[in-house]
Amino acid sequence: MLRLFGNAHYDFIGVRRFAYGVTAALLLPGLLFLLIKGLNYSIEFTGGTLLQVQSQKPVNVGDLRSGLDREGLHGAEIQNFGAQNEYVIRARVAKPGGDANDTQATAEAVRSALDKVLGAGNYTVVRTEAVGPKVGGELRQKAFLAIFLSFFAVLAYLAYRFEWRFGLAAVIATAHDILATIAFIGVLRLEVSLTVVAAVLSMVGYSLNDTIIIFDRVRENLHRYKHDSFEQILNRSINETLPRSVLTHGTTLATLLALTVFGGEVIRPFALVMFFGVFTGTFSSIYIAAPVLMAIEKRWPGPAARGHLAQKKAPAAAPSRKPQTVS
Amino acid sequence: MFLSIRSRLLIIALLAVASVYFLFPRNVTLRERGANGVMRDTVVTRVPLKRGLDLQGGMHLALELDQSKQVSSDPKRDLELALTVLRKRIDEFGVEEPLVQKVGDDRIVVELAGITDPARAKAIVQRSAFLEFRITNETGALEKALPAMDRTLRTLGIKGEAQPEKPSAVQQLLGGDTTRPAEADSTRPAGKTKPAAGKDTAATADTGAVPGGVLSGLIQPAGAGGVPGEYMVPETAFPRVDSLLSIRAVARQLPRGVVLRWSAAPTSVGVQPVRFLYALDDQSIVTGRNLVDAQAQLDPLTSGPIVTFELDRAGGRKFGEETGKHVGDYMAILLDGRVQGRPPVIQSRIGRNGQITLAGRGLQEAQDLALTLKAGALPIPLKIVEERQVGASLGSDSIRQGITAGIVGTALVILIMIGYYRLSGVLAVAALALYLLFTLGGLSMIDATLTLPGLAGIVLSIGIAVDANVLIFERIREELLHGKTVRLSVDEGFKHAMNAIIDSNVSTVLTALFLFQFGTGPVKGFAVTLIMGIIASMITAIFVTRTLFMIWLQRRPALSTLSI
Repeated sequence: MLRLFGNAHYDFIGVRRFAYGVTAALLLPGLLFLLIKGLNYSIEFTGGTLLQVQSQKPVNVGDLRSGLDREGLHGAEIQNFGAQNEYVIRARVAKPGGDANDTQATAEAVRSALDKVLGAGNYTVVRTEAVGPKVGGELRQKAFLAIFLSFFAVLAYLAYRFEWRFGLAAVIATAHDILATIAFIGVLRLEVSLTVVAAVLSMVGYSLNDTIIIFDRVRENLHRYKHDSFEQILNRSINETLPRSVLTHGTTLATLLALTVFGGEVIRPFALVMFFGVFTGTFSSIYIAAPVLMAIEKRWPGPAARGHLAQKKAPAAAPSRKPQTVS
Repeated sequence: MFLSIRSRLLIIALLAVASVYFLFPRNVTLRERGANGVMRDTVVTRVPLKRGLDLQGGMHLALELDQSKQVSSDPKRDLELALTVLRKRIDEFGVEEPLVQKVGDDRIVVELAGITDPARAKAIVQRSAFLEFRITNETGALEKALPAMDRTLRTLGIKGEAQPEKPSAVQQLLGGDTTRPAEADSTRPAGKTKPAAGKDTAATADTGAVPGGVLSGLIQPAGAGGVPGEYMVPETAFPRVDSLLSIRAVARQLPRGVVLRWSAAPTSVGVQPVRFLYALDDQSIVTGRNLVDAQAQLDPLTSGPIVTFELDRAGGRKFGEETGKHVGDYMAILLDGRVQGRPPVIQSRIGRNGQITLAGRGLQEAQDLALTLKAGALPIPLKIVEERQVGASLGSDSIRQGITAGIVGTALVILIMIGYYRLSGVLAVAALALYLLFTLGGLSMIDATLTLPGLAGIVLSIGIAVDANVLIFERIREELLHGKTVRLSVDEGFKHAMNAIIDSNVSTVLTALFLFQFGTGPVKGFAVTLIMGIIASMITAIFVTRTLFMIWLQRRPALSTLSI
């Protein structure tokens, strides 16, 4: 039987300070970059107009830009999108003099610039997105709220199923993942669209999965190996779940690879963010969630019988919170 | 849940049959507008899984009341009214499964799938379609008011037009001499085609040098044989004149009871396009509120498109009375404040039926007008605050790419699973196939919409769905390594893996629920597929794989090693 990392005995917890250093070394410059450069929000969030255009002939981007300037749309972004003759034009400013929340004027202005530069009929608009700043602002607010609230929901659920110490450790690990992913998005200048927010939230779910599976094993091993230290139990749990982690991450990365290569331009940012999320999620489950759990455990010792902390106390004090299995 | 193998298989078979049933292509009746403009029903056969706008192409609009021109006294009621009107219009427009929905307190969302002419759809949604009839002013009210208006403009510091083309357009148009200043002509009676603005060296003359006469230089009575109360303005000067006339101090110079309205489209007079301006009674004799029916037709005489309409009893009576009083006068037909065509003369009392001539425009436009008139007017104009529109070809590209990615991803996962877990991997792959069937069947059952992120979600979930199986298999391996028998290891493996599977899946569902709650169309689709995928993967991993193992162990009771 082929078994990767079977019977592993790595000292994950022992090298936690080194891992913290790695995290800080990656996260801090990323966040600094983010502070300086900011995020590249899609027009869904900022408001603006996007037209995806297929032209019959190759487009001279300079001509197109000056055409847009003449319509008063300064600083429009023109970007090649997949094929050679396919372009995405993003105008974040509204046509001067118009009501910015009335999105039609700007879209018309872009079309009229295209008519003048490319000639009417020489191009097809395959996608239009026009969002007023008001709608965009609302959406941005809702996105942050969704991420924030899902945090608390997960915390509450984990507190119910495990106990608050586990929940807190999982949420801190998740917070790390979100920060790291946002820094990744910032450094790669990926556009923060609704799809990317969806990817961040999926990544949160995926990373939590990973953490929970380790914690589940910790909970089990706490009952099984009552005389081991907490650190030993954490190490054992991580090592025991390692083959599962390797395989699941493998299959997930395989499908993400397929999506990145074959899924098309719209899906690619989603796949990239998830790709990164798989790595940071794995890292944080092992090096953030578990050590943080240990730190919490030291600071606020649990009522439960926990490894060496429990050795002096009566093992019978362990409230068996193990839930009923379904099968 | 230690059911017998037979009842387990029965349950699996039932689930599979149900999924196939929900995915089976069926007949769907569509209401479409045929080539002749008549609505007809067509029946197509297809898989009943709805595709979102981003996959099949279509348009999503978010609309709000546009109160910049007209302030709503009761926005809530007006929005409800607008919703009803839009529903009627969209219904008549003939799109498959349209969505017209109120979102929040102040927004209406319209989703039209598979439309090919987005500009037309937008026009139908946005058009106020307020129809009214007014008698044109015969007292020359505007000519009399023009000098006063110009004086007002001068005191406001607004001088002659800086752009030379505009006055010269009038000169060209009227072909008159160019020596006299406009001021002197401003009170001239209609009929004389005298020149208007400035000198022939217009460029120099008009940069503030003309003593007044801004408006009188640009607005000319329509001339001999014209309709009383009809004026023309060069099309190039139309926006400027419009903005000047809307200055309150200027508008006040008009006598009480008279309003100015523009024609809907420019007309060619001579070489230059002009825009007609009409002085009208401020009271309309009847409005579209009294309309009960409207039909697009071709005029048998001119073979141009017309819209015939029918008024209700009260409207017909009022229309009859008023037109009876005004025989010999001219009546302007206004749609959304713009005069349609040139006002016809009232030859006799008109009853409940009438017609609107749409010169120079297509039958389709007449059909759209009839449609909007019948559905009723919007109480307040609407503005589009969000528009998303995807071409059908882009949508089918996305589907193709999604399917390719799905096939490649699935192949990779199958390779990994069978390569790693051998025979047990085959069981997992069988479970994966059922997983896909259940997910799609479930989505079809709850009538979910498949979007592009949703498609990506399904592909991704193939990779994640095997997680439950991996957890179980790894657990079984551990138990085997601890020296337990095959049968015991399998039982223990399933039992111990359960906690982790449930906890991890519930937390994923929680995040997906938040995603669903905040997302718009495509992201909502993603959340729904994610949740459905998790449910399906729980069923297949816990129940289906277990059953397969039970069958395996039953057939080989003496199995001492497990291919895992």
